[in-house]
Amino acid sequence: MFYMLKGDRGGQALLLLLSIAVVLIPVLNLVVPEGHALHVSTFTVTLLGKYLAFALLAVAVDLVWGYMGILSLGHGAFFALGGYAMGMYLMLQIGDRGVYGNPDLPDFMVFLNWEEVPWFWQGFDSFWFAMIMVALVPGLLAFVFGALAFRSRVTGVYLSIMTQALTYALMLAFFRNEMGFGGNNGLTDFKDILGFSLQSDSTRVALFIASAVALALGYLACRAIVVSRLGKVVVAIRDTEDRVRFIGYRVDHIKLAIFTFSAVLAGIAGALYVPQVGIINPGEFSPLRSIELVVWVAIGGRATLYGAVLGAFIVNYSKTYLTGAAPEVWLFALGALFVLVTLYLPNGLAGLSKKKEAAV
Amino acid sequence: MLSFITKNRFLPVWLLGLCLLPALASATPPVGSDAFAQAVERLQVKSYKEREAAVAALISSQDERVKPVLEAMLNARLFYTKKDKITVIGIKTKDGFSITGVLDQKSLGNASKSQLKKIKVNNKLRRILRAGIAALALSDPAPEVRLSAVKQMYGKLDNAGIQILTAHYETETDSKVREEIQTLLHIHDLSSDDRNTVLKAVAALSKSLHPEVRNKLELLKDSTDQEISAASGDALKHIEGQLAFYAKVKTAFFGLSLGSVLVLAAIGLAITFGVMGVINMAHGELIMLGAYTTYVIQQLMPQYIGMSLLVAIPTAFLVSGAVGILIERLVIRHLYGRPLETLLATFGISLILQQTVRTIFSPLNRSVETPQWMSGFLEINPALSLTYNRLYIILFCLLVFAVLFLVIKKTSLGLSVRAVSQNRAMARAMGIRASRVDALTFGLGSGIAGIAGVALSQITNVGPNMGQDYIIDSFMVVVFGGVGNLWGTLIGGFSLGIANKFMEPWAGAVLAKILVLVFIILFIQKRPRGLFPQKGRVN
Amino acid sequence: MSALAKIRETFRRDQVFDFVNKQDYSRVDTSHGQILYVEDVSVSFDGFKAINELNFYIEVGELRCMIGPNGAGKTTMMDIITGKTRPDQGSVWFGQNINLLKMTEPEIAQAGVGRKFQKPTVFEHHDIFENLEMAMAGNKGVWSTFRARLSSEQHDRIASVMEIIGLSDCAKQRAGALSHGQKQWLEIGMLLMQNPKLLLVDEPVAGMTHQEMDKTGELLTSLAGEHSVVVVEHDMDFVRSIAKKVSVLHQGSILAEGSMDEVQNNQRVIEVYLGE
Repeated sequence: MFYMLKGDRGGQALLLLLSIAVVLIPVLNLVVPEGHALHVSTFTVTLLGKYLAFALLAVAVDLVWGYMGILSLGHGAFFALGGYAMGMYLMLQIGDRGVYGNPDLPDFMVFLNWEEVPWFWQGFDSFWFAMIMVALVPGLLAFVFGALAFRSRVTGVYLSIMTQALTYALMLAFFRNEMGFGGNNGLTDFKDILGFSLQSDSTRVALFIASAVALALGYLACRAIVVSRLGKVVVAIRDTEDRVRFIGYRVDHIKLAIFTFSAVLAGIAGALYVPQVGIINPGEFSPLRSIELVVWVAIGGRATLYGAVLGAFIVNYSKTYLTGAAPEVWLFALGALFVLVTLYLPNGLAGLSKKKEAAV
Repeated sequence: MLSFITKNRFLPVWLLGLCLLPALASATPPVGSDAFAQAVERLQVKSYKEREAAVAALISSQDERVKPVLEAMLNARLFYTKKDKITVIGIKTKDGFSITGVLDQKSLGNASKSQLKKIKVNNKLRRILRAGIAALALSDPAPEVRLSAVKQMYGKLDNAGIQILTAHYETETDSKVREEIQTLLHIHDLSSDDRNTVLKAVAALSKSLHPEVRNKLELLKDSTDQEISAASGDALKHIEGQLAFYAKVKTAFFGLSLGSVLVLAAIGLAITFGVMGVINMAHGELIMLGAYTTYVIQQLMPQYIGMSLLVAIPTAFLVSGAVGILIERLVIRHLYGRPLETLLATFGISLILQQTVRTIFSPLNRSVETPQWMSGFLEINPALSLTYNRLYIILFCLLVFAVLFLVIKKTSLGLSVRAVSQNRAMARAMGIRASRVDALTFGLGSGIAGIAGVALSQITNVGPNMGQDYIIDSFMVVVFGGVGNLWGTLIGGFSLGIANKFMEPWAGAVLAKILVLVFIILFIQKRPRGLFPQKGRVN
Repeated sequence: MSALAKIRETFRRDQVFDFVNKQDYSRVDTSHGQILYVEDVSVSFDGFKAINELNFYIEVGELRCMIGPNGAGKTTMMDIITGKTRPDQGSVWFGQNINLLKMTEPEIAQAGVGRKFQKPTVFEHHDIFENLEMAMAGNKGVWSTFRARLSSEQHDRIASVMEIIGLSDCAKQRAGALSHGQKQWLEIGMLLMQNPKLLLVDEPVAGMTHQEMDKTGELLTSLAGEHSVVVVEHDMDFVRSIAKKVSVLHQGSILAEGSMDEVQNNQRVIEVYLGE
């Protein structure tokens, strides 16, 4: 079963850490009493859960960028779409506990004087339907966009710019109130998920565990692709696309499959992120967000899946720390990170350790 | 048209003579300040009849102080002091009036109500005053003043006004004013009792775009008279056709101006991306630097706003160009041949530039002032007026494009740039210092971005985020037009701008923008090399 | 083609629509002895005619050399056959039943046309074994590629190809680290793994030593017979050493065809190569 982890020491370490965390953190949060030195606060649990969702997103980006060479600036959009699907479910769970107390309509619809829930909200009161949409909506968008783009062989920076334009268009669209997704404010004020209160410690811990499991499964799935012959062909596409075509592979099909799969992973990451942070708004579609997550992968080391996880944790931890301690410094630091990593650390941190291994 | 004169006997004949004032001026004494002073004094008499005569004398005195006196009188603000019998204009304050002498135009401080006596007017006098004021304006030597005087009479034209206008029409020399007067008189004719007059007026007005005409014709359409009703229906149809046409012209103009903004923002990118193949995500921030340069220069020379803009153009070019060269030397040079890495690194630079500006100037938007000669609008006809700032932006955009085009096509730098972009190794073998050319080209593209910033500072907010608003649009324009083709950028920018503005009325601004983006995304799938692909073998 | 002509073509009564009459790419019909028919093919780039009414046929099992000065259209011809460039007119058939002009590059490759590029193009980040493994004939759909596991027969096949191209000793070496000549061989090896019926080989001995050249010549002649081989080459000595039949390409069309001696004594060929 775990053949794909053979020789992947980073991946082995990651899965080990995840298993430990899944056991240890719930105990330290729920069993160890507050005030005890070893107690892990719910705030920290949620923060870690958020990072895990980001890490899954980073793995998805790494698969298309690091391995297949497509710099997608649209994964923030897939993430956000997954998040919105989850947000819609959570929104309909509020029921009459909203400010306006309307049992059928979310607050913002009451505010807009809407009579009923629009058609595209139908079905989102069911958790499983929403979960299908979490995967389906980003997947479908990626599929349609990819089918067009890869067939006509839009590559390189053109593709990046097109994905960015797509993200930007979606952002503009979601900012509109008429779209029916809460406009500027997005979806928020969630109360509970599957009947469990989102404020309670145990729900938070459960979400953390779900994120860890999702990351582990996502990692294994990507790893399975990477070590298969398909994975080799994917890397070959990155290096010499023409050659792959001339030995008989449908490059557009392969790209489309990987791109769509990666978008689905991003959507799932978004769905895990939303209940933990309690809000989803159009800001998630901003081009900055999409491009920022590329730097997670870059710093961790592209074309090493565990590097993506590492990068997501490091950059996001720094962000949490810096935006708290010295907010002005954060953008300087992020900007400098972009420049320095591309100039001096093309293989990221994972590349450093590899170099050392090679030297030894 | 001249039929009124005989029909209306409401006005004293002397007032009609007024319209001939410029011609008569030299012939009729007494004029001048003495006459004015005498006339002002005569205003204080009790009898309305006498006062009428005084007003007449006042007007014929042709003194420049007459108009404020007449206006004050009309608005019941003309007084004389009980004690000294000095005629004054009073403006109501909290307790009493602040008064100004009519003759010497000096402030005489405050006076209580009891110290003043109002110079009263009745309806007839009011009419005379209004006509007098209009007639005065009509006798002004400047045609613009006469034109605006005529325009002010729209909608409040009474018989007196008609008589004045009709008389003035005879002596008017300016064709615009004549036309305006004629329209006005025709509009009046529409309410005439005489069928033929009405029909003639309808026929004459079917080319007029004045809003008042439409209202009147709209009423006439319901007339019981078949012929009038039909004629005004036809005239209305014609007018509405014209209006629809001008509305389209106006939209196209808005589109052109949006397009020129897009072209300005994108044209620097057309150099760095199109010619050099460098993805510069900091391009928007170079535009922003240009805008902030404008702001700083205005702060340095606040009394010369118009001048500061002219100074800002070369300065912004140098500032953004220098920053561009710095970026090229320090970062991009190391990343040639790795476009995706260049994209990421320059994005990092854009964040740093944004935050730098935010730290230095505050995160809030700065306001850059618009010089006098850029505000206001050019009126082509009542249905179409073009604002000067948009007009200037279009012209400026074309100018920048032309200069850049010449630089690339005609100068030795341009030749080197094209050589290096086509075949680097060969160019180097011919003795071109490729790396220096790279730096200069990048500097040129960046400098143009700075100039775009100066232009944008006149129409949008100047803030740290302004660059981000333009970067995606700029890339879209370049990619849509065809990378490596300056003409493509120009035509691409204009057509996107126009398409956007034509969609706005039914789609709304945001949706129009989304539709344009989606269109480009689909278009690129169909023609990956843009509207005007660079020629050459497909590789 | 004008729009009207296109419509006429679409609704010709003697033909059914393409989607009704799906081509069967799996079996190439060579019952008439020819494997490639290139007829009346022309293509131009921005007014420059790169290929001008080109006609030639390749027989089953033949080894054909194509020579010609720079810009004669040799690479463009290969681009057309392999589907990279679409000609403005003409037809290209693989056997009697497969119309190559209606197919994409991967479909053409799957049908049995292999191509070696002028500049050796291998997957530099993969080792030699992996390069060959990826090129191996078989179902190349996304899912099958994902599920693909090497059988022992396939293993042996890769090993034997490595033997043929003389790279058995360095199966785990990254292709990027190979010498220029070795890369050329690896690319030929990848062609072999595809099991093609027709090999198009563009300048196989560029940058090779004499010894390597001889070895390449041997390899190519040994391939002919089982496969049909078209070699485009500049090096006359090499062409002389392997060629039975030579075509001279000039300004996008065939100038002369025949044995090496015939071609060399052809007056027009001499003019093109020496004169002017």
